[in-house]
Amino acid sequence: MSLDTASPTARRHGSNAGQPLTRRDGLLKVTGRATYAADNHPDGMLYAVTAISRIARGRVTALDVGAARAHAGVVEVLTPANRPPLAHDPDEKMPPFGFRVEVLQDDTVRYVGQPIALVVAETLEAATEAAALLDPQYEIADARTDRSNGDRFGLAAVGIGAPPRTVHGDLAAGLAAATHVTEAEYETPAQYHNAMEPHAVVAEWHGDRVTLDMPNQAMALSCAAYGAYFDIPAENVLIRSPFLGGGFGSKAILNGPQILAILAARMLKRPVKLVLTRTQMYGPVGHRGHTWQKLRIGTDAQGRLTALHHHALCATSSFDEFIEPAANASLPLYDSPAILVEHEGLRLDIGTPGPMRAPGEASGSAALEVAMDEAAVACGMDPLEFRLANYAETEPGTGRPFSSKALRECYLEGAKRFGWAGRPLEPRQMRDENGFLVGWGMGTAVFHCPHFPAEARATLRADGTALVETAGADMGQGAWTALAQIAAEALGLDPDQVEFHSGISTLPDGGIAGGSGHTASAGLALNNAGEDAIAKLAAIATADPASPLFGAGNIGVVARSGRLHRIDDEGRSESYVDILARAGQAEVIGTAKAARDPAIAEAHAMFSHGAVFAEVKVDPDLGQIRATRLVGAFAAGRVINPRLVRSQYFGGMIWGTSFALHEEAVTDRRTGRIMNADLAEYHVPVNADVPSLDAILIEEDDPYVNPLGIKGVGEIGITGTVGAIANAVWHATGVRVRRFPVRIEDLLIARA
Amino acid sequence: MSLSISLTINGQARTVVLDDPRVTLLDLLRERLDLPGTKKGCDRGQCGACTVLVDGRRINSCLSLAASLDGTEVTTIEGLAEGEALHPVQAAFIAHDGFQCGYCTPGQIMSAVGLIKEGHANGDPERIRELMSGNICRCGAYQGITEAILEAQKASTEANRRDAA
Repeated sequence: MSLDTASPTARRHGSNAGQPLTRRDGLLKVTGRATYAADNHPDGMLYAVTAISRIARGRVTALDVGAARAHAGVVEVLTPANRPPLAHDPDEKMPPFGFRVEVLQDDTVRYVGQPIALVVAETLEAATEAAALLDPQYEIADARTDRSNGDRFGLAAVGIGAPPRTVHGDLAAGLAAATHVTEAEYETPAQYHNAMEPHAVVAEWHGDRVTLDMPNQAMALSCAAYGAYFDIPAENVLIRSPFLGGGFGSKAILNGPQILAILAARMLKRPVKLVLTRTQMYGPVGHRGHTWQKLRIGTDAQGRLTALHHHALCATSSFDEFIEPAANASLPLYDSPAILVEHEGLRLDIGTPGPMRAPGEASGSAALEVAMDEAAVACGMDPLEFRLANYAETEPGTGRPFSSKALRECYLEGAKRFGWAGRPLEPRQMRDENGFLVGWGMGTAVFHCPHFPAEARATLRADGTALVETAGADMGQGAWTALAQIAAEALGLDPDQVEFHSGISTLPDGGIAGGSGHTASAGLALNNAGEDAIAKLAAIATADPASPLFGAGNIGVVARSGRLHRIDDEGRSESYVDILARAGQAEVIGTAKAARDPAIAEAHAMFSHGAVFAEVKVDPDLGQIRATRLVGAFAAGRVINPRLVRSQYFGGMIWGTSFALHEEAVTDRRTGRIMNADLAEYHVPVNADVPSLDAILIEEDDPYVNPLGIKGVGEIGITGTVGAIANAVWHATGVRVRRFPVRIEDLLIARA
Repeated sequence: MSLSISLTINGQARTVVLDDPRVTLLDLLRERLDLPGTKKGCDRGQCGACTVLVDGRRINSCLSLAASLDGTEVTTIEGLAEGEALHPVQAAFIAHDGFQCGYCTPGQIMSAVGLIKEGHANGDPERIRELMSGNICRCGAYQGITEAILEAQKASTEANRRDAA
């Protein structure tokens, strides 16, 4: 399946990279014709439903498989007793990113929500009801659910292979030199991605080849991993992921339920569809782990940092490690002669956490930015002035230059747009016309710039149009549009002359859509493939005596508007159509593999930056908190499509609002059960919760981050925003809340 | 058992033999009538992704048993455009970037069409935000959604005025 992204030109405008084109997939998405995984329905398809554990730790001692099998329409019930073998041990990690998975390997229960059986039936209704008839019996062990009863352990790595501990300078000396030390602990809860599209797969086998319709953020890696589980070559796995209904990190890594559905399809020799229920997404598909973070900030009499210490205790599962690299958020931002960041693990009876939008930076920045606000108060300084006084001109600790850093401009432009000047230092100084307490807070945003190896192909066709291809993922960032713009620019064509194919694993590897690195990574591959195609076309033209470009090989040509022009004489040019026609060629194909230059990466610190300013209003009697206004100013290198970039910033700022005021998985400490595993009780912002949003795109020219100068925009909006809102709550009320989300009762209890 | 119902879906009269009384309108559309444009996000009436119009009113199709809909008129996202001409709400969602991943979009758009029909929120963004709060967008495209509805509502009011004149 290729993605038809042709949309009427009338609804789009602009013609090149840098232009605010509307989305190429917009027409499909507003008409219901965009096909998500669960929309597929091959002939003869069966429905699979997992039964899940209701206890956090122990064993399943009995399942009433007979009752489930007897239900009309049921075809098979998979349990540990009859589950066919897998070629990869699910209790072993799958390099490079694969976690251990729960696929009915035994009767052990390791968390609430773990699959304990898979029911396959002719209809969804039959499978659902039969799964409920299994009536599991358990041997229950005490669940480890909190800091008080979890097992602490030391770490080899945090996040994906990041160091768990980093030291710059002498922390003890820095603390001793301080005139004031701000010290506090901050708690961030477990959060669940809750992409609107539940995890789904439609699996269909043909011999030893399998076709998987599934939302997927990392197709090439997934093909290899499924190949290993099912003992087939990676190229026998075809993944089709033309649209993802949100990913946020949860659709990059294999999980148990999807593997079981694929296994059932092979066993039963019929296509199988599995779609998790919303509740089933609270367990086997990752989450943002709970953290407890201690910060110590030493400051001198001038309000300069003398020491920064960030310790994070991070929850993970009993059987695998994903450690939110929260404390690392304190490394790149503020200038301090001494910095120590360190992490510790905490084993609980929960599903394994995983990367969730801005993993590490979101939780870590939440704590750091509140701590910096507290330190500013201790120094009697305005929070913005305090951050400017501690501005890092080079990377703290290492002294490496930043590849680019327009953070100062972000601070100043954001403050100006927000109207920050004149903010009273003391809290509880401002009221609105209705008597609500008004507070203003700010935070710094930061996110690193990863770059994944990627490949692409660009085909210039005889009619002067082009086909560009890479196996990328559009989960809402607007990749289809921005990547097509990049390719069009490299090819010297209008985006409407460029057909863009993506979202299927048979295309050149588009790398991972994660870490806010997809546009840069896949974009560079597309750019280079386009340039390769143009170079080949130029070689044809400049060697052809009949071409006006004959002999221009050493001088060079430039591609623009479907023509090659001599660089030294733009009047001498020829169209792609004419060049190919005379050469009798139907097409020229350019290819590229692109990756970051390791020498440049080693020599520079690469980050996107931003500043977020927040206003909240608090009901003085009820404690009800409303975020009313957010202004973010972000510098993230070259902007390919400002319309889409602004939407990414808005989305991030809304996630930040959610982190600060809404979302939290609440665990029953006795049972380990998440008490709000649905969208009614797990609060994410609805339209009425969202403040007025303003995002300022600060210009930034980055010659080092990659040849296109593109940084990432998808995750940075969360960072900074969380702290800005929490700090604004303090400024409105004088109450410092150090546990997220900030709740009404925190304010009422503090007041009482 | 089987049960037969007659209903109109996107202007087309259909007689549907239900193989199971437990089938919701959402699963009828998606799994049996090849109309997967309507999306399932929670199956509990909590997210709004499955919003369709029944007799002109917006409802959560996941909470509606198909067997109870005999004689009704159902409009889904697939039935909104007139041929290639988009409904004004659809066009406004594109122009205002009122979506990212697109999964909640059919529900948002059907809810917006229902809202405009209800006539409650003329030109008031705060009311629109409140009345659209049954439709969750995890990507956070709310600002664009609100702007799109304001524009479509204005266009619809002007069209009505022209019709009346």
